[in-house]
Amino acid sequence: MWIIGPIGFTTPLILLALAVLPVLWLLLRAVPPAPIRKRFPGVVLLLGLRDDDNTSDRTPWWLLLLRLLAVAAAIVGFAGPVLNPKPPVDGRGPLLVLIDGGWADARDWAGRMARVDAILEDAARKGRATAVALATDLPADGAPFQSAAEWQTRLPSVQPNPWRPDLIALAEWVEAQEGAFDTFWVADGLFHEGRNAVVQALSDRGELTVFQSATPVFALRGAAFSSGAIEVPVLRNSVENADEVSVVATGLDPSGARRDLARVTAVFESGDAMATARFELPPELRNRISRFSLPIQRSAGSVALTDDSLKRREVALLSGRDEREGLQLLAPLHYLRQALEVSADLIDGDLLDVLLANPDVVVLADVAQMAGGEQAALLDWVDRGGLLVRFAGPRLAASDISRATEDALMPVRLRSGGRTVGGAMSWGAPKTLQAFPEGSPFFGLPVPDEVTVTAQVLAQPGPNLAERTIATLQDGTPLVTRKKIGQGQVILFHVTANAEWSSLPLSGLYVQMLERLAVSTRPPQPTAEDLAGAVFQPQLVLDAFGEAGDAATLAGVAGETLAGAQPGPLSPPGLYASGERRIALNTLGPEDTIETATWPAGTVVEGLAVASETSLKGPALALAALLLMIDILASLLLTGRLRNAMAVVAVLAVTPIETHAQTSDDLAIINAASEVVLAYVLTGDAQVDRVSQAGLLGLSQKLFQRTSVEPVEPVGLDLETADLSLYPFLYWPVTLSQNVPSAEAYARLNRYLRSGGMIMFDTRDADIARFSGNSPEGRHLQELARPLDIPPLEPIPEDHVLTRAFYLLQDFPGRHNSRDVWVEAAPPDAEKVEGMPFRNLNDGVTPVVLGGNDWATAWAVDENGFQMFPVGRGYTGERQREVAYRFGINLIMHVLTGNYKSDQVHVPALLDRLGQ
Amino acid sequence: MSHPAAASLRSDAQALAATLPPLLAEARHLAATVLMGEHGRRRAGQGDEFWQYRPAMPGDPLRRIDWRRSGRSDAHYVREKEWQAAQSVVLWVDNAQSMQFSGDNARPNKSARARLLAMAAAVLLMDGGERVGLAGLALPPRRGSLQLLRLAETLSEDQTSDDYGAAESRALRPNSRALYLSDFLGDIAPLELALAKAADRGVVGALVQVLDPVEEAFPYDGRTIFESMGGGLQHETLKAGDLRGRYLERLAERRDQIATLARAAGWQFETHHTGDPALQALLWIYRALEKVH
Repeated sequence: MWIIGPIGFTTPLILLALAVLPVLWLLLRAVPPAPIRKRFPGVVLLLGLRDDDNTSDRTPWWLLLLRLLAVAAAIVGFAGPVLNPKPPVDGRGPLLVLIDGGWADARDWAGRMARVDAILEDAARKGRATAVALATDLPADGAPFQSAAEWQTRLPSVQPNPWRPDLIALAEWVEAQEGAFDTFWVADGLFHEGRNAVVQALSDRGELTVFQSATPVFALRGAAFSSGAIEVPVLRNSVENADEVSVVATGLDPSGARRDLARVTAVFESGDAMATARFELPPELRNRISRFSLPIQRSAGSVALTDDSLKRREVALLSGRDEREGLQLLAPLHYLRQALEVSADLIDGDLLDVLLANPDVVVLADVAQMAGGEQAALLDWVDRGGLLVRFAGPRLAASDISRATEDALMPVRLRSGGRTVGGAMSWGAPKTLQAFPEGSPFFGLPVPDEVTVTAQVLAQPGPNLAERTIATLQDGTPLVTRKKIGQGQVILFHVTANAEWSSLPLSGLYVQMLERLAVSTRPPQPTAEDLAGAVFQPQLVLDAFGEAGDAATLAGVAGETLAGAQPGPLSPPGLYASGERRIALNTLGPEDTIETATWPAGTVVEGLAVASETSLKGPALALAALLLMIDILASLLLTGRLRNAMAVVAVLAVTPIETHAQTSDDLAIINAASEVVLAYVLTGDAQVDRVSQAGLLGLSQKLFQRTSVEPVEPVGLDLETADLSLYPFLYWPVTLSQNVPSAEAYARLNRYLRSGGMIMFDTRDADIARFSGNSPEGRHLQELARPLDIPPLEPIPEDHVLTRAFYLLQDFPGRHNSRDVWVEAAPPDAEKVEGMPFRNLNDGVTPVVLGGNDWATAWAVDENGFQMFPVGRGYTGERQREVAYRFGINLIMHVLTGNYKSDQVHVPALLDRLGQ
Repeated sequence: MSHPAAASLRSDAQALAATLPPLLAEARHLAATVLMGEHGRRRAGQGDEFWQYRPAMPGDPLRRIDWRRSGRSDAHYVREKEWQAAQSVVLWVDNAQSMQFSGDNARPNKSARARLLAMAAAVLLMDGGERVGLAGLALPPRRGSLQLLRLAETLSEDQTSDDYGAAESRALRPNSRALYLSDFLGDIAPLELALAKAADRGVVGALVQVLDPVEEAFPYDGRTIFESMGGGLQHETLKAGDLRGRYLERLAERRDQIATLARAAGWQFETHHTGDPALQALLWIYRALEKVH
């Protein structure tokens, strides 16, 4: 390689060819441009004319220069120029490429990999054994030293992990390695515990070079509620400058599409490591948020998932009618209100009004009897996934509900009267609660001793009582029972919602039980105790880039572990669910901060920037080709041939443009919507389409002349794209070559037929086949029409409306005159009334007309209004054409007016009533 | 029809002529015309068919009064006949090689346009009852659809190998009319001769110069060798663009020359470009042959 300045040449000898250029100059200059030969009759007028000057026969200097430049560029290109040629670098022995590979690396992962690739390329050139290791995912059995080329091919599969690198483990890992090696450490630039030990260990083995990017890191902590708004803390590692970062809240909109719901800017003052984004949103919108993210950086750290702690459930509270006013502490709902107000949105009102708001939970405190309509509506709501929580009370105990048979909205049958224990008039002491059994949603909650029950309603023993019981008293009587209804469930507390029958509402257990039932939501940070006993299955996990990954194959995590867990290989950041409860494990915990890494003195730290070798061969040759192309244009210009070339270019430039088609589409739709337009199906056979167009044009003209229907020019429709709803009538000539339309097209056609459109199928073969499906077109028609929603058919009966919609007709000829024209069959109960000329064939336009008389040909006119095709012979033929037109007019009248004519059977009765 | 090209030429011409009312060439000397046309002129004049009775006016010759009609009333009536006239029209269409030129593939060559115009004029004239033939000895003026077929066939025959055509001056009938279609780029002497003879015999008519738009624009640049269509003439230039002005001058000069000749002989002269619709030229021919001098 030969290097001048920033450019090197791989084969510099070729540059010697540049010496030929002056010779080329002289040669090119000596040859004038070739003449064009033109045939031109006017030459006789040119004879004897002389040119004014003879100098322009030489190639102009600028054209020569252009050509020489092109040749020079080609020579330089073939000499293999290289920008930023790499001078060879020293180095020997094995090389360890250590990558942090945490979430913070994801922000410029491509740049890191490019740098690693450059290192590997260099190592491959020198034949160094190389190993690549991620600090977040250390290879268990030592550094995998291989050839660098091998690692280069495996590099794309090296991906960062969505957690922090553990440098303490890394130091141990390095200690465990054998032999000496140099190290390139691609670090994420954040402060991690134990860095000095790693640096020390690596320096012991060989030369250590650190690459670290200067890009600032931003991260989000989990969101939390604070005085009515959601606060999302935003962290950064470089604190010098003031900065603004926007935070986006993403979720599903009502149509189910994922979109940005809100965007808030967090402001960093100079010196701040943390800023807060406050989202003040209505509950409907707030409940939809599934994640917060920082648009400026793509990493797991810049994503904060939301869980139940942000979901405020809508709870409807209803009680039996209050008979006593003012006794607030005795009000059935008082304790519920106190318990839920903090964490849920409460709704009051009538049961039916409340259900309209579609709450998550309905709480009925001591409500016994409901109106039939209310009961049905509530049952329907529960069936669709509602959670109904009922509390017992004097009214329920006194009522007959769920006595003899189990009420649909009660989990169990009740014994009449209930029982009272531990009162002044009874022997027993108040009962305490038994520990919650496994399988109960309350499993794991501690049972405080002070909770006592003095009165309850009792469940009737039954085969499924045991499985429906989720909490019991010490003596085994059910305290809470549950029944699933459809997707929802009914839960009955056998005590009152207030402190009248038990001290449960006074204890913390009451709130915890409501939380477990997902009536209310939990506080932001669940403790291990809260989650004990449940196994949480990951529903969604994040990769290092903050994208949601598949969680299906991951093992569940025990609740105790999950509380306060750090993201790691066993519990990657994501969303974990157990039953109704969902907990988000975010990349950054509530206390985590991020700081810039500090390196021990003496460590070599480089930036990520890499000046790569660029081959200039391609650009140089492209330049040569470009110059030659300019030369072609210039030569054409000089010889006067450019005009033709311009014409070609102009033709190319005027090729139709999509937007133009779009506007003409719109115009067609506007036209079709504002006028009556007859339409036909484009079959792809140009001749058939032309005849259809001409036929409908002829029919349109006749309609215009004879009736008040004034159609405009007919249009051809492509079934795959056209909007059929604008056209009342569709003429469909059946050709063998037509493709069967797609399923969507059939769906549209069926919608068209159901909404009152009419299709006229024309097999155009009535002279060779009677209408029985034996002709090829007939069979193709069967194939085309099979997916269509077509009612039973019959040949046009004599009293069909088509026979008298405008003209009185008994024949329906086109170019052929066959009687076999089929329409929708009359209802079987249609009967002829005495004295009426027609049956009373109530409403409904036939959606299809099938025949083979080739009507379009009979109707067809050319642009001058003359008939295009002969029909029959002589006067009879013209008569047949006239009847064909009349049939067409009847048909369009039938399409447009429905069975208006059929209603004329009522005219005598109407006249009679009018006293005529 | 033996010649397919002739068939298509005839049908094209009939399509073009179908949009105009029948054309009747005005006879210049009514008295001198011996042959009567088929169709009346829808006005009183000389002819065989009864046209109308009109009250006799002072100055009407006594012998023109229709006594039978006058006997039925008190006034005197004159019986008028319908004016009927027929004229012989000869066509000459240049069939030299220069007429084969077309500056653009999308345009018909000059010969095709000239033949179409001639044929269309012939159809119109025939519809008007005139007799139409070709100048020279090949096809004397006749009437009837057979003559139309012959005209079409003769016009569709192959071109001569001459570079430029010479105007036909033989067998011009006295007091007939003529229509000459050519580019008139060749030697002007035969045209002078033909017009002189025509003037001698009382023949008037129209000259239509059919040119391609390229011949009017001369859109050439650079080193060019121009050849005539037959290859007989050549002219080389290094800068075709410089010749444009002088070429156009010469073309205008030639046109002036022809126009002067035509005026002197009482003929009409018009230039038609193949880039323009043929109907324009046909309309002009219609007017020109109708014009009374």
